Amino acid sequence: MSAGKPETLGDLAKTVRSKNAGVDKITFDIIFRERATYERVKRSGAVTKRSVAALYGISEERISDFVTFDPAFAIKFTIYRTRPSGSPGDADIFGAQQYAPLLDLEVPDA
Amino acid sequence: MPAQSLRFLCPNGHLGFAPLKTDSFYRGVATRPDFILADSGSDDIGPGPLGSDTSTSPRAWQRHDLEHMLLASRKLGVPMIIGSAGDTGANSRVDLYVAMIREIAREHGLAPFRIGWFYSEVDAAVVRERMARGEAITGLDGRPDLTLEELDATDRIVAVAGIHPYRALLDRGAEVIIGGRSSDSVIFAAPAIRSGFPDALSYYLGKVLECASFNAEPYGGKETVIGEITMDDVKVTALHPAQRCTVASVAGHAMYERSNPYFEHVAGGRLDMTTCRYEQYDEKTTRITGPTFAASDGVRVKLEGAGKVGERFVGFVGIRDPYTVAHVDDVIDWARQQVRERFGDEGYELHYQVYGRNGVMGEMDPLKDRAGHEVGVMVFGVAPTRAMAEEVAMTGTRQMFYARLPDVKGTAGGVAFPLDEVVPASPAYRWTLNHTMRVDDPLDLFPLHLDEVRP
Repeated sequence: MSAGKPETLGDLAKTVRSKNAGVDKITFDIIFRERATYERVKRSGAVTKRSVAALYGISEERISDFVTFDPAFAIKFTIYRTRPSGSPGDADIFGAQQYAPLLDLEVPDA
Repeated sequence: MPAQSLRFLCPNGHLGFAPLKTDSFYRGVATRPDFILADSGSDDIGPGPLGSDTSTSPRAWQRHDLEHMLLASRKLGVPMIIGSAGDTGANSRVDLYVAMIREIAREHGLAPFRIGWFYSEVDAAVVRERMARGEAITGLDGRPDLTLEELDATDRIVAVAGIHPYRALLDRGAEVIIGGRSSDSVIFAAPAIRSGFPDALSYYLGKVLECASFNAEPYGGKETVIGEITMDDVKVTALHPAQRCTVASVAGHAMYERSNPYFEHVAGGRLDMTTCRYEQYDEKTTRITGPTFAASDGVRVKLEGAGKVGERFVGFVGIRDPYTVAHVDDVIDWARQQVRERFGDEGYELHYQVYGRNGVMGEMDPLKDRAGHEVGVMVFGVAPTRAMAEEVAMTGTRQMFYARLPDVKGTAGGVAFPLDEVVPASPAYRWTLNHTMRVDDPLDLFPLHLDEVRP
């Protein structure tokens, strides 16, 4: 690994996705291929309630759930929408394209 | 003497939204499953279909899947169960599917069979009466309890059924069931519980099968999977030759489309997957043990409701001048002001999405200050009448052309129009209800019907 630029979630995760969880929330899944990477990202503190709130420019109160899920080597969080899915002014009815900024989240070497 | 195990075949996670793939389906049929089932609904598709009483799925694709499933289930002599008919589970969608089943049976000259169906729509008057008695219609996902104002703004309500109507129809001998709106998992859980399998494993079976091959890898939708339940475990197997149900894919699926990977709420209780254990059983099969289920005190049924906001027209403009791109918000403010001067502050909605900057994510986009070298702006006008919606959208679009930016070099028009007009879109709806209501009898809201289909 070259020194310098830290790896990102886009480099490390197998799956990064977002999707409606009901009509009032969007949920985000970050899934890793193997346990070691999952544990490393957890240890790094790069993905926390606080860090994702900062990334999306939202208050931590908008995050309804933030969990780690060992059986799937996954970190998952869910946010409240500001308006229900599909209301006028909602640009993402399925909530399917809200994950992109996570790809650039840097994970410092543990 | 109950069966040692039952096997459930699921070819599609949202019947109608895209057609099932037949190869893996018939591989599954050849193994002689005990049930053939698919859910056909989702609230992912937005409030429009429920509000306007339509399907988002094309009729041809709905029929395609119903035909394959019906012919296979009648040939094997096993029940076929469809949940949340026609995307929304509204009454008209149930009727549509029942009619398609009759039509397919007639065309193929099928031997007589018993069809059962139930409705899920709830009259607003029923909800109003409960509220008048002081009963709370409790908000979900951070919503406040239902107000009369929100109820009045609602065009259609469906209640989300648990296992109860499916179980009752099976008890009455239904061989094909078309369900109104229901939780995805219960079409699988109902027959399993009815046959004496534990609640927890039965609901888990439903949870893991409801999206068909989304629980397998590599990713590929609309392929058939099969689930087997015993008194001790659930086993799920991918049938597409290149797909496998792995510990990672099955556990990963537990998270899909839900705010929390550990819990699943249904009418009557909560499935808890915290203590699930996953193991690779064979090449294509994962075995799951250990979920628990807590029955609730009394039953609360989820209500989904959609209400019309207004008629809707859409306009589009492009911007290439870097100065105008940098000041696109001022351009939008100008156009908004022109609409306000014509229509006032209220009684319509005007929305702008700036693609090439933050059209997809809005305020949540960390790059919202970094527009591209050109941007496209979609303009949405929503108003009570088509004429007004058209004028709102038209004013909000065309006036961008005349925005008065102090230092702009181009003074012959501030934006590019790919179309001269604004175009009609589907009417705008919104989700007005995402609430729960208490029921004394879980069958109260779901009237059952049974008939024999004859050639």
